[in-house]
Amino acid sequence: MGAIAVFLLFFAVATPFRELDSLSTVAYASSTIGIMAVGVSLLMIGGEFDLSAGVGVITSALAAGMFAYELSLNVWVGAALALVLSLTIGFLNGYLVVKTKLPSFLITLSTFLMLQGLNLAVTRWVTGSVASPPISDMAGFGSASKVFASSFTVAGVGVQLTVVWWIAFIALATWVLLRTKVGNWIYAAGGNAEAARAVGVPVNATKIGLFMTVGFMAWFVGMHNLFRFNTVQSGEGVGQELIYIAAAVIGGCALMGGWGTAIGAAIGALILGMAQQGVVYAGWNPDLFMFFIGATLLIAVVLNLWVRLRAQRR
Amino acid sequence: MTRRFTRRLSSVLAAIATAALVLAGCSSTGGAQEEQAALDTPEYKIAMITHAEPGDTFWDIIRKGAEAAAQKSNIDLQYASSPEAGQQATLVDNAIDQGVDGIALTLATPSAMKGVVQRANNAGIPVIAFNSGIDDWEEVGAMSYYGTDETLAGTAFGKRLNDEGAKHALCVVQSQGQVALEERCQALKDAFNGKTTKIYVNGEDMTSVQSTLEAKLQADPSIDYVATLGAPYALTALDSVKSAGSTAEVATFDTNEELVSKIKDGSVNFAVDQQPYLQGYLTVDAFWLYLSNGNFAGGSKEPVLTGPAFIDQSNVDTIVKYAQKGTR
Repeated sequence: MGAIAVFLLFFAVATPFRELDSLSTVAYASSTIGIMAVGVSLLMIGGEFDLSAGVGVITSALAAGMFAYELSLNVWVGAALALVLSLTIGFLNGYLVVKTKLPSFLITLSTFLMLQGLNLAVTRWVTGSVASPPISDMAGFGSASKVFASSFTVAGVGVQLTVVWWIAFIALATWVLLRTKVGNWIYAAGGNAEAARAVGVPVNATKIGLFMTVGFMAWFVGMHNLFRFNTVQSGEGVGQELIYIAAAVIGGCALMGGWGTAIGAAIGALILGMAQQGVVYAGWNPDLFMFFIGATLLIAVVLNLWVRLRAQRR
Repeated sequence: MTRRFTRRLSSVLAAIATAALVLAGCSSTGGAQEEQAALDTPEYKIAMITHAEPGDTFWDIIRKGAEAAAQKSNIDLQYASSPEAGQQATLVDNAIDQGVDGIALTLATPSAMKGVVQRANNAGIPVIAFNSGIDDWEEVGAMSYYGTDETLAGTAFGKRLNDEGAKHALCVVQSQGQVALEERCQALKDAFNGKTTKIYVNGEDMTSVQSTLEAKLQADPSIDYVATLGAPYALTALDSVKSAGSTAEVATFDTNEELVSKIKDGSVNFAVDQQPYLQGYLTVDAFWLYLSNGNFAGGSKEPVLTGPAFIDQSNVDTIVKYAQKGTR
């Protein structure tokens, strides 16, 4: 509902927003938030946070770029090594959370800060610079950018492939949540971990798996950044974790876990994407850019709440 | 229970402190550094404190210049940075407390630095401003200034756009509310005869920079020149121009290795260079000159300019090889 309102708002005030080309740009902006939001929302349904998700994307991209360049590997091998790294970070996050029983907010805040430092330090140490080396002339780059960062044309409109991947990930996550045993485990682990454990749900394994899912998504978006822009600056990604969490929460994920959907997170990402691009299309005062994004969000969430309350009253 | 925990905690802290000491000892007095120091001047300790975002390629070049000068002049250089003014001031306080021989400081937010610069002066520590703060360094209390004038750079950029025959320029600002960036855009706008539109992008997220620029170019097809305020954003702008189906040209402030290669192959038209390597190098060497011979460039009255210099097709070949080393 909020998404429709935001769409109508910009449709009304911004002429270029009505073009199909523009909608494709909005879909792209939403997809890069949305792919991460799929993983983050699953994790939040499972009752945990991951603040390291934003810099995790950059860690993965840097790692793939540096592995491939420094060892002169096919970029696919670099990407595979980065995947192992991302999954390991996810595993460590999850393992530490279930073993220490500390709030995941604290554990992942720590890994977030550590990764932020490592991104910079390791990149500088390996390359002598603060950005990953350019890899566009290396073996496998062409096929990798086809998979992670190409675009195709539908009815004369260029669409980024990430949009398709996004939809695929949403579909997969929705199927897992609604149709599989694992989906039940996720809801149970987030809703009431003790009760779930008592009826035989492998809560710890589920949570570790969810952190690793976020790691996988971070790897995917990281690969997109790398193969689209060829190099990655080591200081990027800070602050993005909140955007992902925001997308999940706008889409109806409970902050305490046990409640939410993957489609909701997709709508949340779409609202964020529309707000970000809509302000540009509308040509509003650029000094107030952040204000407009915030105001649009506020309207969207209040409207969502109002609709839900009315629906419940009936 | 609590006591045991406290004891364990303190032993962990002690271990960390020891490790930190060992690490610090390693980096500050490297063997090679002392070997090369054929100078008979004592080792000076200089703190360089900037407002850099961690991981920005531009600042990396400044730091390389500073490190080169430090090595040549037997200086123990301590580099630190924070984009937040308050934290930057704290870092200066920290350097004063350590009793360094000199402080090199960027004045991105001059008013926030005034107090700590005063404190340094009272403690007898010379302060040299560089990179930003050309209008304020004297008043803040710095001894000299090395860098360019953002207004000069912006004006040069705007005039160049006039020569190129541009009609509508898009000025891309990657960080909102930064004085230096705003000045560049403003000066560009004042000097440029055509129309200038300003846009803010989220420099922390390249995909959103890409899509925001694409959106802007779609929304306003009359834009025929994209002017970015940092090299990495110019590279992304190329992508946006392509996917928006726009014919706009791209030019930028500042450079890095990849950007220089893009100028060479003609996809980026030109870059206005403030020579960051020179800024870092000259600032550190200025301390050596002052501390060992009492010299100060500009006579504490005039700034020492390191730019603006243009890099374009005509001179890119000589610059390419240095850019590959990461020093241009």
